[in-house]
Amino acid sequence: MKRTADGISASLPIHSDLDLVWVRQHVRQAAAQLGFGLVEQTKLVTAASELARNTLVHGGGGLLECAPVSRGGARGLRLTFGDEGPGITDLDQALRDGYTSGEGLGMGLGGARRLVHEFAIDSRPGTGTTVTVTSWMPGAPRPREER
Amino acid sequence: MPEQDTAGRPSTPAQEVADFLRGRQEQIAQRWADAALFRTVFTHSRDEAVEAGRAVLDALAAVAAADRVEDAEAGGFDVVREQLARTAASRARAGSTVTQISAEVDALRPPVTELLLAEFPAAPAEHLRDCTTTLTVLMGTLRLVVLETALSEGEELINRQRLQLLEVATPVIKLWEGIVAVPLIGTLDSARSQVVMETLLDSIVEQHARFAILDITGVPTVDSLVAQHLMKTVAAARLMGAECIVSGIRPAIAQTIVHLGIDLSSVLTRASLADALAYALREQGTDIVSREPAGSEVR
Ligand SMILES: Nc1ncnc2c1ncn2[C@@H]1O[C@H](COP(=O)(O)OP(=O)(O)O)[C@@H](O)[C@H]1O
Ligand SMILES: [Mg+2]
Repeated sequence: MKRTADGISASLPIHSDLDLVWVRQHVRQAAAQLGFGLVEQTKLVTAASELARNTLVHGGGGLLECAPVSRGGARGLRLTFGDEGPGITDLDQALRDGYTSGEGLGMGLGGARRLVHEFAIDSRPGTGTTVTVTSWMPGAPRPREER
Repeated sequence: MPEQDTAGRPSTPAQEVADFLRGRQEQIAQRWADAALFRTVFTHSRDEAVEAGRAVLDALAAVAAADRVEDAEAGGFDVVREQLARTAASRARAGSTVTQISAEVDALRPPVTELLLAEFPAAPAEHLRDCTTTLTVLMGTLRLVVLETALSEGEELINRQRLQLLEVATPVIKLWEGIVAVPLIGTLDSARSQVVMETLLDSIVEQHARFAILDITGVPTVDSLVAQHLMKTVAAARLMGAECIVSGIRPAIAQTIVHLGIDLSSVLTRASLADALAYALREQGTDIVSREPAGSEVR
C-alpha cells in the first residue's frame, strides 16, 4: 500500500475481507480530513464498502485509488475501484436495484450511485471493471450532476 | 569483467562494484542465504532465500551502475523494498527490534567485501579502497531502505492488529427471563455474521428466549451485506419462535440505509438497547414501574 503525507491519497489493494476493513477505515479518515460531515462520511464509506466488495467478489480483487479533487473552488474526494475481472456485459441490468448474479441483495451498484455525487462505470467483458465515484464537500458551490 | 572494462571505457568505482555484484551474484547470494536476515525468513527453503538474495543483488547492481549508491530513492531500490517488505514484515511480526534488523543488514556486508578483495588481488591499494568505500556506502543505503520498509511495515502491522481486535466475537447476554441480546461491535462481514447468527440461535434455544435484541451501536458501517445478514438473522430467529429487535441504528446510518435503497421495514427496530428491552418486556407482559414518590397518589 502506498500512502502520501496528506493522509488522503492512497492506493489500497483489495484482495481480502481484511482489505475491505482497511478500505473503509481509510475512506472514513480521508473524508474526515477533508472536512466531510458525519452523514457524508458514512455515505462515502458505505459506497466504498459496496464497490470494494464488488471488486473483491465479482472482480476477483483489484485496487482502490483514493485522491482529493478540486474543481472551481469545490473540494471533494475521488475513489477509483479497478479490477481485471470478467467485466460486466449488461450495465443497465447490473445497475438495476435487486439484480445480482450471485447471492447478494443486488443493491450495491445502484445504492453506491445514490450515495455519491458523481458515479461512472467503465467495464469491458473479459478486461475488467473500473468504477469511479466522487463526492463534493457541501458549502462551496459544486458542479453537481442532476439525476 | 572489471579488469577488461578498465581497458575499454574509464570505469568508476561504482561501475566496478556493479560489475562485481553481477559477476559474483551466485556466490554472494549463497552466502547471504545463511545470514540471519534471510535465514530467519525463508525457513522452508534455502532456494527461496538464495532467490531473494539474487533479486536484491540485481537491484544493488542496477543502483551502482546508475551511480546512485547514496540515493535511497534510486529506482532499483523499489525491488529491494518489495523483496524485503516481506522479510521486514515477518521480522517485525517475530518481534525483532529495529536495532536487530539493522545489525542483520550490516552482517550482509563482510562476505561481500571479502569476495571483492579477493576479486582484485593485484589492484592498487587506492583503487581497492575506492571500491570497498563505494560498497560500504551502497550497503549503508540498503540498510536505510530496509529499515524504512521495516518501520512502515511495523506501523501497518499495528494498524491491522488494531483492526482485528475490533473483530473479536461478541457474547450473547441474557437480559431478562426470555430476552437475550447481542451487542455487536466492529465489522460485521460474512464470517463473523455467521458466528453471531449461530450463537444467537443457540442461545434462543437454551434460554427459551422469545425476544432477541441485536444492538448495532458499535457497528461502524451498515452496507447491503450487513443489512442482508441482519435480515437473515431476524428471519432465522423468527423460525425459532423468537422475535428479533435491531437497536442502535444511528441517525447517519439510518439515512445511509435509506439512500442505499434497503428496505428494513420487515425488521423491528428501536432507537436504543433500552428501548428494545422496554418493548420486549412490555410485549411479554412484564411491567417495569418506577417507584412512586412518597406521598403521591397510589392506585
Ligand atoms: N467489479 C465487478 N466485476 C464484475 N461484475 C460486477 C462488478 N461489480 C458488479 N458486478 C455485477 O453487477 C451485479 C450487481 O452488483 P451489486 O449491485 O453490487 O449487487 P451484488 O453485489 O449484491 O450482486 C453483480 O451481481 C455482478 O454481476
Ligand atoms: Mg455488491
